[in-house]
Amino acid sequence: MENKKEKQKKEIKKRQAKEYENYVKQFTPKPKYFMNSLKAFFVGGLICIIAFYVQTLLMNRGYSEKDSGTFVIVFLVCSAQLLTGLGVYDTIGKFAGAGSIVPITGFANSMVAPAIEYKKEGIVLGVGAKLFSLAGPVLVCGISASVVIGFIYYMMNL
Amino acid sequence: MEYFNVFITGGILCVIGQVLMDTTKLTAPRILVIFVVSGAILTGLGWYQPIVDFGKSGATVPLPGFGYALAKGAIEAARTGGIMGALTGGIVATAAGVAAAICFGYLIAIIFSPKSIR
Repeated sequence: MENKKEKQKKEIKKRQAKEYENYVKQFTPKPKYFMNSLKAFFVGGLICIIAFYVQTLLMNRGYSEKDSGTFVIVFLVCSAQLLTGLGVYDTIGKFAGAGSIVPITGFANSMVAPAIEYKKEGIVLGVGAKLFSLAGPVLVCGISASVVIGFIYYMMNL
Repeated sequence: MEYFNVFITGGILCVIGQVLMDTTKLTAPRILVIFVVSGAILTGLGWYQPIVDFGKSGATVPLPGFGYALAKGAIEAARTGGIMGALTGGIVATAAGVAAAICFGYLIAIIFSPKSIR
């Protein structure tokens, strides 16, 4: 008798758990992997196309590949920072996800965005320091890696 | 045709970033660091140059391209300038972009005031 009651109780609990699971599932947003990737693909590709267009324009004017490449990076960085200042880049970022983070424009955005937020703390310790709160790790790791690689290359060719 | 290669290469790199963001709990700054360092390491191994040859701006504009520029500068300077070249090469190669980002970013951050995300 006791055993039967316990079994019933367990079954009810199980059913409730399942119902609750289904209930929760209705409200949790489904991750849209495919759509997110598609958006990132198009925005990222578009930024690279713009860069390539500007570079071919400069190379047709007679600049070397290296100079025009450098100019394109500077152009992209400055325009991304201007868009961040105007508040447009955040809107793009909301739509594109990694498509706006992975290109160099995302790096530029990651410098300006926290710097603007901490403007109240002053021009030196607010803006000056927060300019590197996200870009700092990137520069530290990137430059360290380049030094290590250069050093290894030097040792190999002694 | 070249534009197509640029588009595909840049797009694929961004999709890798998006998949990393969606499937793992990596935050944006970590992804930036991973991309730059992996770009530098791939360049050191000689595997990124073919991607740059194929994708042009599509490979140099995304962050692995920043790592590529760093590592390539360090390697080339190490070849000509020895140990001091290895130390200075990376920064010299990317100096224009980084200096522009710092100077212009500082200016922008001072001029504009914070805005709420729409």
